[in-house]
Amino acid sequence: MRKCKAFIIGGSAGSLEVLLKVLPNVRTDIPFPIIIVVHRKHGTDSLLPALLSTRTELKVKEVDEKEEIKAGTVYVAPSDYHLLIEQNETFSLDYSEKINYSRPAIDATFQTAAEVYNTKLACLLLSGSNSDGVNGLKCVKSWGGTTLIQDPDSAQVAYMPAQAQLNVAIDQVLMIEDIAEFINLLS
Amino acid sequence: MEVSVITDEHVEILLSDLLEQYGYDFTGYSRASIKRRISRIYALDRALSFAEFRYMILNDQVYFKRFVEQITVNVTEMFRDPSFFRKLREEVLPKLGTYPLIRIWLAGCSTGEEAYSISIILKELNLLHKSLIYATDLNPTVLEKASQSMFAISQMQQYSENYILSGGTKDFSSYYTASYSLAKFDDELKRRIVFSTHNLVSDHSFNEFQLILCRNVLIYFNRDLQHNVLDLFDNSLDELGYLALGSKETVEFSRISKRYKRLPGEKIWRKVG
Repeated sequence: MRKCKAFIIGGSAGSLEVLLKVLPNVRTDIPFPIIIVVHRKHGTDSLLPALLSTRTELKVKEVDEKEEIKAGTVYVAPSDYHLLIEQNETFSLDYSEKINYSRPAIDATFQTAAEVYNTKLACLLLSGSNSDGVNGLKCVKSWGGTTLIQDPDSAQVAYMPAQAQLNVAIDQVLMIEDIAEFINLLS
Repeated sequence: MEVSVITDEHVEILLSDLLEQYGYDFTGYSRASIKRRISRIYALDRALSFAEFRYMILNDQVYFKRFVEQITVNVTEMFRDPSFFRKLREEVLPKLGTYPLIRIWLAGCSTGEEAYSISIILKELNLLHKSLIYATDLNPTVLEKASQSMFAISQMQQYSENYILSGGTKDFSSYYTASYSLAKFDDELKRRIVFSTHNLVSDHSFNEFQLILCRNVLIYFNRDLQHNVLDLFDNSLDELGYLALGSKETVEFSRISKRYKRLPGEKIWRKVG
């Protein structure tokens, strides 16, 4: 992939500990944003960005609506809103129906990002117990982006990455310890 | 929904059709969300082609109504964000209780769940008799539903939990009568609610209010439109009145921000200047 413009990570059950292992090893001068969409209970806001920021020198923040997306920042989707990417590379929030019983839905972020970044997008699906993110990865693939999953065997809950593997052409299956390295090698 | 067949160009064509043919201006809406909504109804209704879809919207009044209803987001609940409603109950509404008449504007009320939530709090504060809630939405269909004061009984457990978390102490089920799958709320709760169409994009201020609530509506607008709508609220709010927005919305970027002071902890601002 040439010139990554965004790296998006989606995860559900069992994904937090992966993030906590990966983030400390991501270099702090990455020339693109990392956007994290994980399912969690409504009302536990601000906790996740605070937790993640203890593991990296990168700036970690919860997304504000209409915020401009900047390189070198880790963005976390707020709970209970879908996170969408606009063509002008800003974030929008959306409180429409849950998708795959989830809000934020990983699908919504992957799909809208695919239409904005096309080939310059990489999306990684981590551990989880439902199939959110699978349709999103399909969309990423069809727009020429890079599709990645955590190795299902290494996942606390294999269902989500396994469903992706069954239904989408996956460019690379990553072991937990290889994820940071993969991100670091993107430019 | 997988790969969208609706393109960005299709979206622009439909938005300009709506404006020219019907006077509905959605051009200031954030595109990612509205494109998703349009793709969703396109897939849901199994449109055969974009041309057919466009023709239906332009020529079939019934379908046009459905289209507008479906591209706007009408997801809402009673006492959503309980801490917000606790602030209304414990701080904002008691302050407004000193006025002879409390005028409240609930802009973008959708199917009415928040209107009834506020009505319940006003009743418990013994202020309902001297309050008027103007609940508006651009969409007549949702207002029709709102005025029926009936909601799915399956939601009541969640709403009851929200109500208690927001500081409610009554038995929540005393406010409605269950009938099959629906909960019908007491008529008393809607006696002081006026449901009416109002389009935030094109309609003007229609009264002076002491409290304006508009939660999770601005997120669908672009910055320019957000500025205009906040100006409209500013023009419609009394000195020392309150403006309440959704949990991820703010006045901070806007022209009106310097006249507004935020209450700690919630997305509620008081007009102080």
